[in-house]
Amino acid sequence: MDSVSTHVTDVSDSPDVPDVPVVAALAGMAPRSRRRRLRYSQLQRSDKVWLGLMVGVPTAFHIVFVWLPAIATIILSFTKWDGIKLGSWTGVGFRNYWSIFTVFDSKFFPALFNNLILLVFLGLCSLVGVLLAYLLDKGVQGSRIYQSIYYLPVVLSLAVVGFIWKSVMFSQSQGLLNLGRDKPIDFVGDSHKLFEFHLPGLDTPLGLTRNFAAILIAMAWRHIGYVMVLYLAGLKSVDPSLREAASIDGCTEWQTFRRVVLPVMKPINVVVLVISVIEALRAFDIIVALKEPIGTTVLGVLVKKNLTGEGGGQVGLGSAYGVILLLLCLGFIIWYLANNYRKAES
Amino acid sequence: MSGATEHSPHPRDVGFSITRRQLIGGASAASLAAFLAACGSDAKKSDSTTAAPTTTAAAAAPTTAATTEATTAATTAATEEPASSAAGTPAGGQVTFGSNYSDDKDSRAIKAALDASGLDVKINTTDHNGFQDNITNYLAQPDDVFTWFAGYRTRFFADKGLIGDISDLWADFGDYSDSFKAASTGNDGKQYFVPFYYYPWAIHYRKSLFAEKGYSIPTNKDELMALATKMQADGLIPFAYANDGKWPVQGTFDILNMRLNGYQYHVDLLAGKESWTDPKTKAVFTMWASLLPFHQENANGRTWQEAATAFEKKEAGMYYLGTFVANNSTDQEYLDDLDFFNFPELDPAIGADALDAPIDGFLMAAEPKNADGAKELLKALAGPDTINAFLAVQGSSVAANSTADVSGYTKIQTKSAELVSKAKSIAQFLDRDTSPDFVSNVIGDAFAAFVADPSQVDSILSSIEEQKSTYLS
Amino acid sequence: MSVAARAPGQSKPWRVLTYVFLTAVALLWLVPIGGALYSSFRPYSETQSKGIFSLPDSLSFSNYTAAFRQGGMGGWHGTFANTAFIVAPSLVLILLFSSFMAFAVTRFSWRFNVALLLVFTAGNLLPQQVIFKPLFALFEHTPWPDLLSDTDTGHLLGTKIAVIIIHVAFQIGFCTFVLSNYMKTIPRELNEAAAVDGASVPRQFFQIIMPLCRPALAALATLEFTWLYNDFFWAVVLINRGDERPITSSIANLGGQFFTNDNLIAAASMIIALPTLAVYLALQKQFVSGLTLGASKG
Repeated sequence: MDSVSTHVTDVSDSPDVPDVPVVAALAGMAPRSRRRRLRYSQLQRSDKVWLGLMVGVPTAFHIVFVWLPAIATIILSFTKWDGIKLGSWTGVGFRNYWSIFTVFDSKFFPALFNNLILLVFLGLCSLVGVLLAYLLDKGVQGSRIYQSIYYLPVVLSLAVVGFIWKSVMFSQSQGLLNLGRDKPIDFVGDSHKLFEFHLPGLDTPLGLTRNFAAILIAMAWRHIGYVMVLYLAGLKSVDPSLREAASIDGCTEWQTFRRVVLPVMKPINVVVLVISVIEALRAFDIIVALKEPIGTTVLGVLVKKNLTGEGGGQVGLGSAYGVILLLLCLGFIIWYLANNYRKAES
Repeated sequence: MSGATEHSPHPRDVGFSITRRQLIGGASAASLAAFLAACGSDAKKSDSTTAAPTTTAAAAAPTTAATTEATTAATTAATEEPASSAAGTPAGGQVTFGSNYSDDKDSRAIKAALDASGLDVKINTTDHNGFQDNITNYLAQPDDVFTWFAGYRTRFFADKGLIGDISDLWADFGDYSDSFKAASTGNDGKQYFVPFYYYPWAIHYRKSLFAEKGYSIPTNKDELMALATKMQADGLIPFAYANDGKWPVQGTFDILNMRLNGYQYHVDLLAGKESWTDPKTKAVFTMWASLLPFHQENANGRTWQEAATAFEKKEAGMYYLGTFVANNSTDQEYLDDLDFFNFPELDPAIGADALDAPIDGFLMAAEPKNADGAKELLKALAGPDTINAFLAVQGSSVAANSTADVSGYTKIQTKSAELVSKAKSIAQFLDRDTSPDFVSNVIGDAFAAFVADPSQVDSILSSIEEQKSTYLS
Repeated sequence: MSVAARAPGQSKPWRVLTYVFLTAVALLWLVPIGGALYSSFRPYSETQSKGIFSLPDSLSFSNYTAAFRQGGMGGWHGTFANTAFIVAPSLVLILLFSSFMAFAVTRFSWRFNVALLLVFTAGNLLPQQVIFKPLFALFEHTPWPDLLSDTDTGHLLGTKIAVIIIHVAFQIGFCTFVLSNYMKTIPRELNEAAAVDGASVPRQFFQIIMPLCRPALAALATLEFTWLYNDFFWAVVLINRGDERPITSSIANLGGQFFTNDNLIAAASMIIALPTLAVYLALQKQFVSGLTLGASKG
């Protein structure tokens, strides 16, 4: 991924940029010379105003409507408030966080573990998506139809996905996966764990519940198509001459993929990774659409149930859950950006 | 992309034949037209529940919509007629009404009721469950009058000053029994709620099945257990059971608690005054655990509709649910065959005169825009005409007003009215009798965990008790 | 449309296997939707007694007409119209604002380029519920003239404009991220030459850079359209009136207090999925070619 550059960088600095004779011709100049990026001070007055607006307006929007409320939520996590009248909150220090880790530990840690499972699972789904993209990229007949079919679940809203899986596939009385069974499998409600283990210091065992595994199937249905489309886009931009060169050199398909395609796909890899991680952390729509059976809670659901709700919610507690979610997301983002920034510097 | 060129392809090459100008122009025009039309027409909005609009053109406008479609749509909006529910000219002008009667039958029924009021009412319908979930946001900008439920759910908002005091109207209401008045009263002794209708929870059965197998209605605990055992031996599932949404099994808890510990203990427990780890509470769960083997298994993954279907097909012999169970079917033979009996007594000292019979009705906003109109509307809704019009369409609940027309009642409705009138204490159902956040965050999950694995009862009860103070304080 | 060269040595059996595999997966993919589609043509009483995967007694569109009417989809104040009102301006503003930002950040040097990009990228990845409560209060206390309001509530809360605002603020994070990566692949010589020739910043932007970004913009438009269209959370929280809510509320409207007609909901889901599907199919070519994200070097 290209670095986030600061002052003097130039396309021509990177050694892997191929010749651009056409562009140079268009620009009507001799093959490129070293050029500095335009500095702000070199611009005219009206241009400065324009640039100011171009940067200022979106930034203002973003900060006022996203970041200020986020900061306000962080502050609210240290209060107890029913969310009804402004100003009726009371400060309680770290009590909300204390509750999460002691009183609600039987909800919080299993939810966190479910997020972790989701993370690993979506990573695996991405691999399947990559496989499908790779196969489609080979120029099979009707690849456009295959693409559309795989992408179809992505255009549906998550509520619809949840509803379809619950009523058509999972239902005990008429779901396809239970057709013809004497003892139907309870995909939606069975909260017994497929595997479990005890962490020292925790009363509740952690594990993967059967109904969460069922939800994972529904999520895979959607995530695989999404990743496939992104990867296909990237694969189509890989220069075929590179692949030809590799195969002429005697590489097998797998070697070609690993040594030639994958490195070129690095930016897409990163985007897919980021999207998968964030979706794993933020997931809650499908689970709420299934009416949150026990055993399927994730952090997003805990946030939602406490922050919104008939009684106004426990805004302080919900905000505390939200802050934990925020820290997890931000932690990952900071790691990712720092990683890329550092790579560019070196 | 093949070739050595580095820059992005010309739009034409990738099939994008619309030029940039056309694209931005079209999109901006479409959005501008939609914007103007909406702003311009907001003074003439039609009532939402009977939307039979004059324009049938689907107004979906993807970014490449032609500008002509947008302009014709804009002109039709300006000429749209308002469509309020009645042509009356009341003293206070139009009254706004927030409704959660979202499905087809209910929305037609409430419209009939509001028409019968003779007032000019503008209905704002939201989907049923979303209305409750979103209520605190709704109360930031409420309608003048809106639908709600009796019990703790009303008292909770009364305490916070979010709803209007209508004790002055209640002084003139003669058609309600004392228990309804009690259900409409806040903690400060003032009335806030206008009851509309109710429906009891009872054990439903099919008369033909009982006749065929020679079962009789149980009147106490021993008879109930004997009946369940006999049904099981006959190859039936004694009780249909479902818990999708995590609310249905709360009915089981309610009735068992009221039968074993009495109505007052039940109310106190839900208010947080009694303990969930108390032996009296534990006794309820012990009884429940002894009954569970006679219920359909895997209830957590079944909707009440699926359970009702099993009951209709005579796979299950009984179903303890509200009388809305009939809504699942249109088979007249089944509906004629359907009957219910009161959950039998479990402790002779306590008897069987308490039951769940949730009451639905209306509240007034704390500061309604049209206070006079709101009060007029509430008075009309408290009278018999509106509920008669409502039940003529809805046909399954029972009017709260004692002078309502009962001649058109089905057998079930008549029996429901009889059952509730004989009851000494009426509970509103667990999720209406206590803090809703407590229910959605603690009770729902706890009961579902119990149904999944009754042996965990001790840890479940102690975690409820531990978590209760966060929500009930 | 370029087709990747077939790698030499790919034998017939492998190709057959590939086809079989892809077809099997495609059929598997269609099963859930197929089941829902099938039951959408049947009355509830039939599937209730016979099950979803049973032979039909009758097939009709009655669920569709009922879903359209009861879900409040049609008409000038129907949910489709509300969705259009929210999605169209949001889309335009999102793409415009993020192009502005991406342009400024990639073409010119600033001291706080890095920080800005960080803020935007991180902002999009925030969970929605984390910001909803303060945002609600913010909108509630921002007075808004009736002239500009679509619902005349006196403040921003309850208007679809509030939903547009939050969508724009939220999504420009992701789009800036994607567009700035894309714009970095556009050689700087292009607008430097233009600048040398005396073109002002807006001219450089609209006449040189934007046309080159069209594939990326088309791809983003498709993605964003899907996300904006399917959004459920903001509309429910910020809009008070049932008849101002967008299409995603239609499904909720079809559910009653207790009873839900699954077949009706299936029909509604199919109707609702059509626009996103149509947009995707229309822009499919651009979508795939536009998401290069600067990966073409190698």
